[in-house]
Amino acid sequence: MDQPPILEARDLKAYYITEAFGVRRTVKAVDGVSLAIRPGEIYGIAGESGCGKSTLLKMLLGEFEPPLTPVEGSVTYDFGEGQHDALDMSEGEVTATRWSRVSYVPQGSMHVLNPVRRIGDTFHDFISTHQPMSRRQTNERVAAYLAEFGLREGVLRAFPHQLSGGMRQRVTIALATILSPKLIFADEPTTALDVVVQRGVIQLLKRIQRDHGSTLVLITHDMGVQANLADRIAVLYAGKLVEEADTRTIFKAPRHPYTQHLIGSLPTLEDKVARVSLPGRPPALDDPPSGCRFHPRCPYAMEVCKTIVPPLVTLEGGHRAACHLITGETDHAAATSPALA
Amino acid sequence: MPQQPAQPLLEIDRLTRVFLSRQGLSVTRLEAVDDASLTLEAGKPEIYALAGESGSGKTTLARMVLGLERPTQGTLNYKGRPVGDLTPKDKRTWFYREVQPVFQDPFATFSPMKRVDSYLYETARNYRVAEGAAIEKRIDEALGVVGLTLAEVRGRYPNELSGGQAQRISIARALITRPSLLVADEPVSMLDASLRMSILNLFKDLRDSQGVAVLYITHDLATAYYTADRIGVMLRGWIVETGPVERVLGNPLHPYTQLLKSSVPQADPDKAWSAAPAEPPRPVKFPVSGGCKFAARCPYVMDRCRQEIPGSYEAEGRHVKCFLYEPGFSGVRPTAEAVP
Repeated sequence: MDQPPILEARDLKAYYITEAFGVRRTVKAVDGVSLAIRPGEIYGIAGESGCGKSTLLKMLLGEFEPPLTPVEGSVTYDFGEGQHDALDMSEGEVTATRWSRVSYVPQGSMHVLNPVRRIGDTFHDFISTHQPMSRRQTNERVAAYLAEFGLREGVLRAFPHQLSGGMRQRVTIALATILSPKLIFADEPTTALDVVVQRGVIQLLKRIQRDHGSTLVLITHDMGVQANLADRIAVLYAGKLVEEADTRTIFKAPRHPYTQHLIGSLPTLEDKVARVSLPGRPPALDDPPSGCRFHPRCPYAMEVCKTIVPPLVTLEGGHRAACHLITGETDHAAATSPALA
Repeated sequence: MPQQPAQPLLEIDRLTRVFLSRQGLSVTRLEAVDDASLTLEAGKPEIYALAGESGSGKTTLARMVLGLERPTQGTLNYKGRPVGDLTPKDKRTWFYREVQPVFQDPFATFSPMKRVDSYLYETARNYRVAEGAAIEKRIDEALGVVGLTLAEVRGRYPNELSGGQAQRISIARALITRPSLLVADEPVSMLDASLRMSILNLFKDLRDSQGVAVLYITHDLATAYYTADRIGVMLRGWIVETGPVERVLGNPLHPYTQLLKSSVPQADPDKAWSAAPAEPPRPVKFPVSGGCKFAARCPYVMDRCRQEIPGSYEAEGRHVKCFLYEPGFSGVRPTAEAVP
């Protein structure tokens, strides 16, 4: 790695801490996640519902409020001019960073589009906050930009509800990228779309990312989307990063039993070979299992898995996985994580 | 019961459902299901997948099969009796014992305030499947088919269950009447990948061991390929291609099925798409025409496609609603590989 990571999380722990009638409840949604995202890559974050994907996203965006509390660890941005702490930004820093350097494509496009304002007004609000510009200038710039997305100028005068789901998602991507941010987060950007439309949106996202040279963090449970878009993939299970590797390795040679199962259970259009589901269900995060959180469902669970949390070890080519089966093999080697040490 | 052994289980022939929406003086016609035909044979249980994008009419077709929506035109017979003409009494004493629904979201199916087993008892009592102690036996039996027991389920509220368990109970509820046909509308789309396959395997098992036919409605071609024996691909109310799933999805013939298949993101980095988008951005409003509903987007469109409605032609072991497959067509036919 020549360049320093654009985004780095070190041993990040973020819990939902609530207290009602004297009963304190802690949901450990993100529990000790370390990752480093390189400039210019598409980094996929995969996992099932309730695994902590969305909480991790909130922390990486620095957008959290109680009951979600950062307990330990750090998140830092580095846009080539030194590190910023993402978890402790002043209001001024947030305004300067958000959308122009770090932006976000949400799952439901209605979350960023004000239903009672025209699309053009929303764009004007976005741009004028960061670059003083007249209404006419923004309109010209936005119209030219929307043309790249296959959207006509008339869209600017439309209200969000007048657009189809695919068009709205294009508008949302245009909003998130018009200021050429260095770092784009996309949270399930195509989950709500039909397949044919989804393909167009995914390819658009990829093209914009390449053209702008930006970094894209893609959060989705859809492994098909991950395979088509991501350069590297991190797999989360019950608030922990269990495996991280380049996309090919995750799909072709996963090492963690959970990833192996996840990949192995995906139906394809190629064969009808019987596939099985894992027994049980993902654990509740207010009372996760001891040791490895996957052990109650793991077909290879050993005695040690019940008590000791497996460390995330680095294998060949920067491939990281957290499993005692792997630690056992590499015991003679350094069982730490040199990538982040 | 007027029932001969030769009657198909479900016979749908040229079925149409039109919705009219009035705005001021203008009336818009929407053919949610348009001239659709399909047949499920009796005594040969199979899983038939109805696949399509949102708005293609697959749910409307399912609602008609369940007797929740009246057909505007065409034939819809269950075991030889028109579903649209059934009286409420017929439905209660016969039809709903035979045909049962499984819904999309198991947590929306069950009220969070009620114990899930109460739904099992209700179904058993409403359809008078048994009396007294035999009710529990029947419920336990239905739960046994889906891999649960009444002892496990008794007294539980929906929030105590995983999505997979809740969907199993929802299927068990449908099985209490020992139906011949299950209508499952997107039964796994709300479930996580690690639980999804167990439900799909359950449908296959029901087909093989209980002889239950399943109408599996989905937008997900990969699960349709995995689960179904036959498939019908819907486009704006039409069934554009139907036949054995290995043929239709293995080597799609209709240009729309080809587009749909090429749009599925495959979970394999070796099969990632090339950079070119599947189709250029298209106008929001479809031009109204009397021709093929895919003509405006079809890469192989011919003049007659814009004027005439294609028939359903037999080609390579399936039916395709496209002029390219009309007997006697002499031009070049597209192959699935030609789609970028």
